[in-house]
Amino acid sequence: MAWTQNVLRVNLSSGETAKEALNMTWADSYLGQRGLASKYLAEEIDPAVDALSPDNKLIMVTGPLTGTMASTGGRYSVVTKSPLTGAIACSNSGGFIGAEIKMAGWDMIIFEGRADTPVYLYLENEKAELLPADDLWGKSVWEADERLHQKHQDPLIRIACVGRAAEQGNLYAGIINDLHRAAGRSGVGTVMASKNLKALVCRGTRGVGNLKDPLRFLQAVEQGKRVLAENAVTGQGLPQYGTQVLMNVINEMGALPTRNMQEVQFEGTHNISGEAMHEPRSSDGQPNLTTNAACFGCTIACGRIATLDKGHFTVENKPGYWGASGGLEYEAAWALGSDTCIDDLDALTYANFLCNEDGFDPISFGSTLAAAMELYEMGVITEQDTDGIELKFGSAQALTRTAELTARGEGFGKVLGLGSKRLCEKYGHPELSMTVKAQEFPAYDPRGIQGMGLAYATSNRGACHLRGYTVASEVLGIPEKTDPLVSEGKAELVKAFQDATAAVDSSGLCVFTTFAWTLDDIAPQIDAACEGDWSTEKLLEVGERIWNLERDFNLKAGLTGKDDTLPKRLRKDAAKSGPAKGMVSELDKMLPRYYEIRGWTPQGELTAATRQRLGL
Amino acid sequence: MKIVVKLFASLSDLLPADSRANSMEVVVHDDATANQIIDLLQLPRKKVHLVLQNGLFVEPQDRDLPLIKEGDAIAFWPPIAGG
Repeated sequence: MAWTQNVLRVNLSSGETAKEALNMTWADSYLGQRGLASKYLAEEIDPAVDALSPDNKLIMVTGPLTGTMASTGGRYSVVTKSPLTGAIACSNSGGFIGAEIKMAGWDMIIFEGRADTPVYLYLENEKAELLPADDLWGKSVWEADERLHQKHQDPLIRIACVGRAAEQGNLYAGIINDLHRAAGRSGVGTVMASKNLKALVCRGTRGVGNLKDPLRFLQAVEQGKRVLAENAVTGQGLPQYGTQVLMNVINEMGALPTRNMQEVQFEGTHNISGEAMHEPRSSDGQPNLTTNAACFGCTIACGRIATLDKGHFTVENKPGYWGASGGLEYEAAWALGSDTCIDDLDALTYANFLCNEDGFDPISFGSTLAAAMELYEMGVITEQDTDGIELKFGSAQALTRTAELTARGEGFGKVLGLGSKRLCEKYGHPELSMTVKAQEFPAYDPRGIQGMGLAYATSNRGACHLRGYTVASEVLGIPEKTDPLVSEGKAELVKAFQDATAAVDSSGLCVFTTFAWTLDDIAPQIDAACEGDWSTEKLLEVGERIWNLERDFNLKAGLTGKDDTLPKRLRKDAAKSGPAKGMVSELDKMLPRYYEIRGWTPQGELTAATRQRLGL
Repeated sequence: MKIVVKLFASLSDLLPADSRANSMEVVVHDDATANQIIDLLQLPRKKVHLVLQNGLFVEPQDRDLPLIKEGDAIAFWPPIAGG
């Protein structure tokens, strides 16, 4: 039935591990992965808990289709309470670790408490051991990964690990798996490190075969793969150019966050675009992009693998960075690039390598650095604060030097590791923080793409593009085109995207399939794999339930409707160029309607009728 | 009239070697349409998915209308996505 029905509970305080049966009643209501782990978290912790205390829990969770033959069926999520936002956090990653956990026989691993000394979990099918990690503490993800592979002498183990950023308390540290895939947002890695848990090392040999109707599942999977292959976006566009192809599109539309979101277009866009990644460098004649790459079971293969020019100033004496590794995705490229006004592609790529090597979110880092640069140019921050670094917009040296400091949690890097909100508050200018619920914005300026403003403001994990990607409709026309400059109708659009995405995020599949698939393509795959009736309608109901459960958690954690807002800059300062010139985000027009169709009060609280309807 | 044409992603292979930032200047007649420019550049219409005129989306049904003005920037993309 796709779920293994096994939960591994790891008490880090006592060192005990225990196997439990998965709560199948909850699985029927929340499916898996994001939804199911959020239900477990909401039931097991006080939402008001200090995120970095032993009382918080960290859940690594797969979906029912994780590890199966379904295309992209390799996703896993990390669910916890975020130290960055104080809200519920769910960070989703690809690569291979999710499938490995599932093939070891587990749907979910719940970590609780805190180890006295650094440990890692070694998981080989039924065998679960907490082993000392004193020798790994203080090491980067890449170094720890190498040591663990040497120690266990098994090239097939998969590793999810935190780096030095998390150990040093960086509030947006992620968990890196397979060297350069990341459960990257909201500081889930910070929580893991706070528990003295360095890594999960996993080897699974059981396969995933307990499907409800194997023949029907294979037929549904084959049909789904055919749709992905024949769709021009998932069959050609994403494999060839990856997400980075959006750089020029969003710049043309005047929605590319630039100079800490003071502007909406960047003059250096071409130099950091997906197209530029394909072009031979003038220095060594090689392109930045080496190849594309696929996660477990994926037939899209949008991943970017890049190689730096060995003579680039960042790595000319560092052979350790001369090999191919995880390259720039659009979200990293804009935050490290346009928001800081830096158009040196290899400098951005090097900074991105550091984010992978030591596990910190390039979106939050780039955005926080951009805020610091604005403060520097205002004279609020000086070189006395920045360890002597000239923190000017456009300075590739400033980017790469601060990335090195942030990776290790040293000097000004420690301050940057606080995130934009806390950094701006520290220097007396909270209005310069481009965040929602203390999490930094992704790559779409809400003045030029109105739906995204509402999506950011209402996202349950703080500003996020992956909770309701209305860009698909407002820019790309998927499933149908809507006008990005119009706010009317966007409440409905945002809700539809949020609910559908919550269901996809709970399945084990990648949300990028939805550039070609609708829930009508996904439901037959889940229905053939899982016990129960998994129609499109049920998936939408599950998605809406998950959204409201997360909202309920956040309200209990102390957030309110007042947190569903955007920085004043986006609501009051008009876009200076492009099609949205003269426009601000019309959040105030969209939010009341959104609350209404959500079945919430005008203050953004769940009504009794909504709770009853969704079984909360 | 002179306009600026921008070709991105796989369509950029059709740009002249000396073009910069994915763009080139093109002279078209005063009532040129987006589809006529696509044909003029010998772009396969099926491959042109996204058309922006000065950053604004051009609906497929409007690609045969003479909406282009002197100095406009017309940008073309094949099917793409991101996240």
